Amino acid sequence: MTHPDRLWRNPCLKWSYDVVIVGGGGHGLATAYYLAREHGITNVAVLEKGWLAGGNMARNTTIIRSNYLMDESAAIYEHAMKLWEGLSDELDYDILFSQRGVLNLAHTLGDVREGVRRVNANRLNGVDAEWLTPDQVKEFCPIVDISPDVRYPVLGATLQPRGGIAKHDHVAWAYARAADRLGVDLVQGCEVTGFVRSGGRVVGVDTNRGPIRAGAVALASAGHSSVLASLAGLRLPIQSHPLQAMVSELLEPVHPCVVMSNHVHVYVSQAHKGELVLGAGIDPFNSYAQRGSVHVVEHQLAAALELFPVFGHAHVLRTWAGIVDTSPDASPIVGPTPVPGLYVNCGWGTGGFKATPASGWVYAHTIAHGEPHALNRPFGLDRFTTGALVDEHGAAAVAH
Amino acid sequence: MRLPSGGRIDRTTPLTFTVDGVTHTGYRGDTLASAMLANNVLAGPSIHLGRPRGIVAAGVEEPNALVQVGPEPMLPATTVELTDGIEATTLSGRGRLATPNDGYFDKTYAHCDVLVVGGGRAGLAAAVEAGRSGARVFLADEQPELGGSLLSTPDTWEWLDTVVAELASFPETRVLTRATVFGYYDHNYLSIAQRRPGGGRLWHVRAGRVVLATGAHERPLVFAGNDRPGVMLAGAVRTYLNRYAVRPGRRAVVCTNNDSAYATALDLLESGAEVLVADVRDEESALAALVRSAGGEVRAGTTVTGTTGSPWVTSVSLGSETADCDLVAVSGGWNPVVHLHSQAGGTLRYDDATAAFVPDVARQAHVSVGSANGELDPVHPLWTIPAADGSWDTHFVDQQRDATVADVLRATGAGMRSAEHVKRYTTIGTAHDQGKTAGVNTLGVIAEALGAGTPGPTTYRPPYTPVPFALLAGRDRGALLDPARVTPIHAWHVARGAEFENVGQWRRPWYYPLPGETMTEAVLRECRAAREGVGVQDASTLGKIELVGPDAGEFLNRMYTNAFAKLPVGTARYGMMCTADGMVFDDGVVLRLAEDRYLATTTTGNAAAVLDHFEEWLQTEWPDLRVHCTSVTEQWATIAVVGPLSGRVVGALAADLPPKFMAFVDTTVHGVPARVARISFSGELAYEVNVAGWHGLAVWEAVMAAGEEFGITPYGTETMHVLRAEKGYPIVGQDTDGTVTPLDLGMDWIVSKRKSFVGKRSLRRPDTARPDRKQLVGLLPVDPDDLLPEGAQLVAPDTPLDPPVPMLGHVTSSYRSAALGRTFALALLRSGRDRLGQVVHAPLADRTIAAIVTEPVFYDPEGTRRDG
Repeated sequence: MTHPDRLWRNPCLKWSYDVVIVGGGGHGLATAYYLAREHGITNVAVLEKGWLAGGNMARNTTIIRSNYLMDESAAIYEHAMKLWEGLSDELDYDILFSQRGVLNLAHTLGDVREGVRRVNANRLNGVDAEWLTPDQVKEFCPIVDISPDVRYPVLGATLQPRGGIAKHDHVAWAYARAADRLGVDLVQGCEVTGFVRSGGRVVGVDTNRGPIRAGAVALASAGHSSVLASLAGLRLPIQSHPLQAMVSELLEPVHPCVVMSNHVHVYVSQAHKGELVLGAGIDPFNSYAQRGSVHVVEHQLAAALELFPVFGHAHVLRTWAGIVDTSPDASPIVGPTPVPGLYVNCGWGTGGFKATPASGWVYAHTIAHGEPHALNRPFGLDRFTTGALVDEHGAAAVAH
Repeated sequence: MRLPSGGRIDRTTPLTFTVDGVTHTGYRGDTLASAMLANNVLAGPSIHLGRPRGIVAAGVEEPNALVQVGPEPMLPATTVELTDGIEATTLSGRGRLATPNDGYFDKTYAHCDVLVVGGGRAGLAAAVEAGRSGARVFLADEQPELGGSLLSTPDTWEWLDTVVAELASFPETRVLTRATVFGYYDHNYLSIAQRRPGGGRLWHVRAGRVVLATGAHERPLVFAGNDRPGVMLAGAVRTYLNRYAVRPGRRAVVCTNNDSAYATALDLLESGAEVLVADVRDEESALAALVRSAGGEVRAGTTVTGTTGSPWVTSVSLGSETADCDLVAVSGGWNPVVHLHSQAGGTLRYDDATAAFVPDVARQAHVSVGSANGELDPVHPLWTIPAADGSWDTHFVDQQRDATVADVLRATGAGMRSAEHVKRYTTIGTAHDQGKTAGVNTLGVIAEALGAGTPGPTTYRPPYTPVPFALLAGRDRGALLDPARVTPIHAWHVARGAEFENVGQWRRPWYYPLPGETMTEAVLRECRAAREGVGVQDASTLGKIELVGPDAGEFLNRMYTNAFAKLPVGTARYGMMCTADGMVFDDGVVLRLAEDRYLATTTTGNAAAVLDHFEEWLQTEWPDLRVHCTSVTEQWATIAVVGPLSGRVVGALAADLPPKFMAFVDTTVHGVPARVARISFSGELAYEVNVAGWHGLAVWEAVMAAGEEFGITPYGTETMHVLRAEKGYPIVGQDTDGTVTPLDLGMDWIVSKRKSFVGKRSLRRPDTARPDRKQLVGLLPVDPDDLLPEGAQLVAPDTPLDPPVPMLGHVTSSYRSAALGRTFALALLRSGRDRLGQVVHAPLADRTIAAIVTEPVFYDPEGTRRDG
């Protein structure tokens, strides 16, 4: 009997698929969905060593925005934004996408320069963007302290009105359900332990449940990409770091939008249920363990109270960490690899959740055609050889 | 009701408090919950269903009785010590934030040999044993007094007093009460939240060994209507009876699957209540006889299957029978508090006898003892108790989330197998109590629904119980959030009325407005002074790194794009550094102080990053190089005296002057040992006077006095920026952004072709050698009064403005120039050097500015003014 709320089957593993996706997170599930939906490739397995969408998809702070500086970044994240805007309808599942606006605060003259530059670039790239004065910041988010007395006063902010948050689990389940219904096998508890090679080509994977043949193998295993790729003899230019986040108790509505501050180093929104969701910078050391250091949490909350005095009586209910794969230019790597039959999608750093629909969309295109779509062509592995980096972090200027 | 005698409350100190505006009384020693219970006060209605709810537990695991106390948004009443005048508001799952937190929160860092977590029976025994050995022992307990569950068993209080007294006699033992160990991090590093009057203290403790004596939390039973007020945990009932002398009911049904609840039954009988024990186990407990002999009734093989009453419970169904009651004390067994063990990386195993997850393997130096280690009564697990009508929608698993067995079944029916999925689907375990009473029961329900074994629990994460933001933030707020760095001359700038800008951690004078002057006017005046007379800037914030050792020159050769090994002693050279990808990283002037000694200056904001960069390469790539790097930024005060008259000012104070541009002398200035260098960031004749920080203010004042007759004018960072931009000198981080090579800046001359340096290989990559890269150029707005906004994007003049618009680059710096009598700008422009003389457009939100592309040097391109 089919349960009325059935999300996915728990299918038997077949011995061969056209495409095996390694990693059942948001990007892997979205890739499977678009492979089936856009390219008619349905003989697909998503192999997940734990539970579906239990990695970074379950651990992010659910912020969605597309106001990136570089043309290449703006194009792919804006593609994601457009997909987000139709996703609840397309997948027939309410992902609770709330376009409440994302503020990026500026606290130094350098921040202001960078913010104005980004607003101008965003507009010319077709991404909605506004520059707000401190008073306009206060109007948009009344709980931000804009007084000149704070350590790093708010000098202005960029606003992307279409930015916001969504419910991460719903996004994962919506993609999973849609992929499942199109025939994709979502296999949990299945860990890839190696790659099956024939000649130089990857033709399958070894798993804890035996070998599986595959026409193409696509990695979508953020937080563990470099480990998996090394099993195929591929050394990725990736460093993995813990990135922590936390929630407060449930609160009456107090925070109307999303506020991010690179300089004071905190980002915060209030989830639909009512908890404050906060994140900050990465733990500086490399690690695959999904836990971080308490001092990072302490800095983060000091920053939060500096910008939002009203949070002073809130409590931290839970902290956790995901593992972000960061590339040398802080941009993702999506495309074919020097190993025939093997594709890689990694290096999204802290931007993975917001990219989910576009990441899956371009990755599916890449796998289906054996070459990248125009949107992810700039994000190939070869750029580290040619030097054609997409350096978003470059915009974070130093102070003189 | 309050019993006439007994308990650990101080009946001589009655306290008045209000809940939802109604006044009640309690006693010192009460919790808010025990005082509420004594006054028959309900908790707030449930979050979604609005069902009436009562107090269930006596500790941190309480799911229902959340209150707002003053500005504190959400506290379990079971953890609030009653004080006089408390004004509490019951909550329905959500708190309210309204005011800042002005409490006093601080932090302490400490080490100990043994940290004992939990001051109950097992923890006290461990702490005393460790204390007797002479070890430095910390004992932390979340309650106001030691004893844990012993506080609920009066016959142990004599032993408790003895042990507490012995602990107090150990000089190396420290007892922390009201102190919750909430986080167990790597390398035996634990965090403790201690409640203190008007605030709290965060303890960071590095412990040699850790004893986890954290006790156990009782599990509810899952039957229809198990959330009705009056249904409580049996252990909690015993606590209220014995510790607070509060009897939550007169006619009690005790429903249990283990022996532990018999103690509650006996204590209830002792207090004069009527008791019926419904024991789900078919085989009668050996303790049944005790209950009967005390006047109670015991039924084996019997369980509560439903409740009635509004709002308080008035009867229960026992299968086909009904029993009147006003209290239902339930025990579904106990869960060891394994949170810290798990946070530490320890593994768990499922123990069939107690139907609980118990510590298995420890990964750090810790051991679990007592009930935290699973030393508990065996139970007959009974995860769900069907209702007569077959419904599951009032079988509450997580009362705070209003989540029932029906919700769990919906999740498993949707295809979910993992406890993590069910948690997320049902929200069980995500509330304030983080599933302390709900977690294992949910696993049992999942196992029953799937006909499989009990799945593993969800991950235990810090904090064990909620921790105030303000406690974690501590005193790192306001000015101490990131302590501001100021120069030795700072007070003078403040007195002079300077406006400041934050540059990295530094507060730097931005400009010095005269009364009534705008920023634009002030900056034009300051610029004019530096170009025509003499200006002075406090340049002390520039990073300074001293490099010492026989290989210092070779090391600098490898770090900078240009060469330093052959730089003569007594001279200086401007240098540029790249990251490994060939992009400009930092720049500054390097002085050779001696054969084996250099002083490198860095940009203000990048000083620490440059030192880290040096150390990383030295330590990881070239450990063989004999070089030591030391930051000396704060040892020196640096005064830049700039302008055609600067020589007369410095000459009046200095015993000696450097012989030529980019040379320096060690001499005296104003009688103070000083290093004077001929360095210019403005194109004008200029001297940098460096003295020990201690003398900085005195020498600055001497410079001001000596310059008075020449109208010496102090200037800030804005004027510095204008002056250097007129000369086309880029500022790293403003005119570069991490995607710019030295060649893009037109500085081919600084990139050595002979030696190797960090980033050199990258500069040969196809993309970095592309001819159409963005290059630094100058811009002159067609209207000489139009000021281009910094950050404006540039497009070709005939470009349609339909997104996506192809962009050519952006404006990096833009100013009004006193010397040029007009506006000007610097920009990074695609193929910029091929566009000299062409017009580009900067489309803004409301208009477009046209500008002509020029060389980036606007002023004195021949460099004639450098030598005065």
